[in-house]
Parts: sequence; C-alpha cells; structure tokens
Amino acid sequence: MSTTTKPVNQKAWLLVLPVIICVAFSAILPLMTVVNYSVQDIISPERRVFVGTEWFAAVMRDEDLHAALWRQLTFSFAVLAVEIPLGIALALSMPAQGWRASAVLVLVALSLLIPWNVVGTIWQIYGRADIGLLGMALQKMGFDYSYTGNALHAWITVLVMDIWHWTPLVALLCYAGLRSIPDAYYQAARIDGASKFAVFRYIQLPKMRGVLMIAVLLRFMDSFMIYTEPFVLTGGGPGNATTFLSQYLTQKAVGQFDLGPAAAFSLIYFLIILLLCFILYNWMQRVGTATKENTGE
Amino acid sequence: MARIDLDLAHSYKANPREDADYALLPLQMTFEDGGAYALLGPSGCGKTTMLNVISGLLAPSQGTVKFDGRDMTHATPQERNIAQVFQFPVIYDTMTVAENLAFPLRNRKMPEDQIKKRVGQIAEMLEMSGQLNQRAAGLAADAKQKISLGRGLVRPDVSAVLFDEPLTVIDPHLKWQLRRKLKQIHHELKLTLIYVTHDQVEALTFAQQVVVMTRGRAVQIGSADALFERPQHTFVGHFIGSPGMNFMPARATGDVLDIAGHTLPMPAGRELPAGDYKLGIRPEYVTLAVSGAAGAVPASVVRVQDIGTHLMLTATVGEGAVKVRLHSGATAPQAGDTAWLQLLGAHTCFYKNEELIA
Repeated sequence: MSTTTKPVNQKAWLLVLPVIICVAFSAILPLMTVVNYSVQDIISPERRVFVGTEWFAAVMRDEDLHAALWRQLTFSFAVLAVEIPLGIALALSMPAQGWRASAVLVLVALSLLIPWNVVGTIWQIYGRADIGLLGMALQKMGFDYSYTGNALHAWITVLVMDIWHWTPLVALLCYAGLRSIPDAYYQAARIDGASKFAVFRYIQLPKMRGVLMIAVLLRFMDSFMIYTEPFVLTGGGPGNATTFLSQYLTQKAVGQFDLGPAAAFSLIYFLIILLLCFILYNWMQRVGTATKENTGE
Repeated sequence: MARIDLDLAHSYKANPREDADYALLPLQMTFEDGGAYALLGPSGCGKTTMLNVISGLLAPSQGTVKFDGRDMTHATPQERNIAQVFQFPVIYDTMTVAENLAFPLRNRKMPEDQIKKRVGQIAEMLEMSGQLNQRAAGLAADAKQKISLGRGLVRPDVSAVLFDEPLTVIDPHLKWQLRRKLKQIHHELKLTLIYVTHDQVEALTFAQQVVVMTRGRAVQIGSADALFERPQHTFVGHFIGSPGMNFMPARATGDVLDIAGHTLPMPAGRELPAGDYKLGIRPEYVTLAVSGAAGAVPASVVRVQDIGTHLMLTATVGEGAVKVRLHSGATAPQAGDTAWLQLLGAHTCFYKNEELIA
C-alpha cells in the first residue's frame, strides 16, 4: 500500500535515463574496459589470465614511469608558474574598449585556433637551426641551440611552445574577469587614493579569483595530458627528455602492446589528475578565504 | 575643507549644438564651506555628472571648478582631496571592516595610531564598532554601504564629501536612521557635504540648501521652505511636494484675471503686466469657499480620497485638474458635486515661460 500513498513516483528516472545511457557509452563503459584489461594478462585474443593487482604493482615500481611522472609534474608546474602571471599581465595591458579591444582580442585568440599537431609542426620548423627563424637567430647569437640534440633545449622549447599556445587562454579568461568589475570600484579606488598596485591587489585580483581558478585547473589538466605537440616536435627525445606521461603511456599501449600495464597505468594517471585537481581546487578556495581570515586578526 | 565655485558646462558630445546636447548647461554655483547641500532631480537630469565634475572624475568640457579660489578644473580627485560615496556599495572584499575604513588613510600614509583612533571614531558613529574585525565581504548590503559611507567620512581633512544616491540599496527604516546619522555627522565633523538624490524627502530633510535640477539645468537653489513657498520654475513646483503644484493658464488684463473663463479680481498687493501666465498654487493652499464667493471659481469634483491624515480632492476647473488638500475633519464635497475653490491668495505664484514672475 505504501507505493500508492507515496507522493513521489519513480517515473522521473525515465527522464534521467537518456543521460545515463549517454554517459555510460561515453565514459563509464570505456573506463570499465580499461579496468577489465588492467586486471588481466591478455596473451592472445583467445587466452587471458586474471592477474589481480599485479600490473598495478609492476607499474608503481617502474623507474621509467617515475622519471616520466617527475618530468610531467615539473613541466605542468612550470607551465602554471609562467602562464598564469603572464596571462594576468597580458589581460591587464589589453585595451578595455573601442576597436583596439576587438583587434587585440582577435590577435590574442589567434594561437588558440591552431590545432595541436600544427603547433608542433610550426615550432619544429621555427626552431630548426638550418631554416627556422628562431633556431637560426639563436645560432647567430652564439647559442648552440638544438632541440633535437640537447635535452634541456628540447624541454625548454616544449615549455615555450605551450606558453605561446595557451597563455592567450589565461589572458582571455582574466580579461573577462577584469571587464566584469564595475567602474565604481575604480572610481572609489581613485577617490581613496589607492596606488596602481593597491588597485590590482585589492580590487582586480580578488575579483579575478573565480576565473583564475578555472584558468589554473584548465591549464593544469591540459598540460598534464600534453601529448601531440612534443610528439610532433621531439617525439619524446632526445633520450627521454620530453617523454611526458601520455607519451610514455602510448609507447606502452600502442608501441609495445602491453595492454595490461598500460591499462593499469591509465587508471593511475586518471587518479593522479583527479587528485591533483582536487588539491589545487581546494587550495585555491582556501587561499581566497584564508587571506580574508588572516587579515581579520 | 573648501568653498567650491563652479562656472562651467559639460557635454559628452564633442560639438554640442543645442541645449539637448549638454549634460550640464552653463551654470554658476557656489558651495560654501561646511554646508550641507543636496542635488535633487529626476534620473538623467545631470546630478551625477555635476558630482563627478566636482570630484574630479570628470573634467567639464567648458569652464572652471575652483576650490577656495584655486583653479582645480583638471586636478585629480586626490589633488582636490575629495571623498565620494557611490550608489552601490564598493568594498574591498579581502579586507576587514576596519581595514576598509582605514584604506583611504593608509594610502595617505597617516600614522598608524591616528588611523586606529579615527577608524574607531567613525565606526562608533556608524554603529559598527562590533563588526570592525569581520570580513567586509560577508556583510549584508546595508552594512556594506555603511562601510562605503564610513570610507567617505574617515578622512578628517577632506574638501568635501560627495554622496551619489548612497541610500538606494538601503531598507526604508534604515534609510531614516542613516539619514539622521549623516545629519548628525555633518553637525559633528563640519564637513562640506553634497548629496545627490531623486528623493525629495531625502533632499529636503538632509540639506540646508537644495539644488533642483532638470535636463542639465539647475533651476533653483534654496532652502526647503523657499522651494515649497516660491518655486522659481514650474518644474520645481511640480517636482517638490506630493502631489506637486497645480498649474493652470491665467490671463491678466488690468486688474482682473481670467481663469478658465471666470473673471476674478487681482489679489491684493499683486501686480501683473497684461498677458498670458501660468498660475501655480500648492494643493495645501487651495481652500474651499462658499458658493459664489468673491474670487472663487467653481470646479466639478472628480474624486475625494482619504489619505489618512487628510483628504485629497481632485476637481476640474475648465480643462485642467486641480488637487486640493483638505483637513480630515472638513466637510468634503462628494464626487460629482460642484465645489467653489479659492485659488488666489498670498501663496499663489505666476509664471511666464516657466519662470516665476510674481
């Protein structure tokens, strides 16, 4: 009888069903396939053996992977450390209105429209010592620059390429944040005699907190998954200097067809990104409120 | 503190040709040191433009702004030493209430112990002493606006404090309190205050001198009493008072007045050159007369409303409507009756081209 007296019925589930089906096909099923591979040893299409957590244990002990992970973390944090301040600075120096604003917006957004592999190709040619403008210029200035021969040069080239490609995204987000600050704030700051720095520190930065959080998370996730550009530019070399996590994973899964370890590693990779994003998000939330509480003493 | 002299005009357009192109038509005005002024007018009349010209956020396209005789037309707000409070609360989110209040002083490098004293004093006046260490971002809109007011008042040496409709976001009952607070603060601190509003009650209760503005023109500067008794411009009569002044056409010939087809003797002591005028009289000063009384005109009553403290009678005289304010106890005519109204008296004003003549 309780079902008849209940004011709710379960028909609402029908409305959610399409979404569940879509998400199942787009995310859950592929993910479960990976989970499936990660606990089996596929010897041939007909023969497979359940191995439990063996692949996970093996992957965790893999020295190459540790190296790739460190490389990746250094790279991602270098990306954030450069792109975020640079993007803020760019946004602050962009004109606020008129035709100049539109022109600058288009100009800034240009690099965002270029496909990843094209970016890699552009920089590959740009950096060549024999025909590339950058490479030749550096050579002429006396630097023995070679992204194919020198590990540090390769690493820095990938970093600069990412900065060139993605700083505009940060700048555009910050620009949007800046434009949403009402004029009265700037007027009040002028009346209060605030310096340019004070305006930035007490008005612009706090008001940009929301978009900055999005910018940091987006840039972190994206740079942590970087694959195409270094693949085209350096192919992960020289040596392993620019073999980031995705590269490493692809070598395993596609190159050597080690499906088990590759699947196990994919899951770990996924969890690392999830964890780091969680930490970053919470940290940024705290920074915003903590400054308020600290000053409250 | 300073006396502020304005002799300027402002247009947002590059080449103003007609009056409508001006946000502020040419005007001359003086704000005395230590006075409480209000700029009153409907939206878009140029009040805020005038305020921004005074504060230095905007340079007038013509003319000068002088502080104590010194030309400050192109000086920044800092150089003028002006404080301004805006319509919507502006607070620094990451700071506490105390830090918000101290911000203008810290920027001017006031010694820390003096800042503390002054902030304490202002917080006391605004009844915010208990909230000094709270984050400003978490407060309600009216508390935030109190902080904005406080930041305007915190500097002891300002030339003037300008308010741009500061109580718009405040609840009505708090409005009363804050307005009284501001008056009290004006009394204590002796600052020059200029207050922009479109609310006549706010302007008339706050200011010693009210500047009534319309379409970029300051049509009258005067005390509440002067604005009520002798509006210099029909707009003032219409805008001040609730309801506003009654206006109707009147023609003077010799010593008689023709009002809506009725010929009445000119009131004693008044003289008008022959011609067409607009007669203006406040609903408060129209009185009922006995039928056929000398100097009265018949009117047909349209409506009688009881507004608590008094009765509001609406009647038509000729083409135009006349509002009459009657005491609650008065024996009021009914709708449809003919009532005789005394329109002429000491309080009757006559206008030509919207300007007061007599």
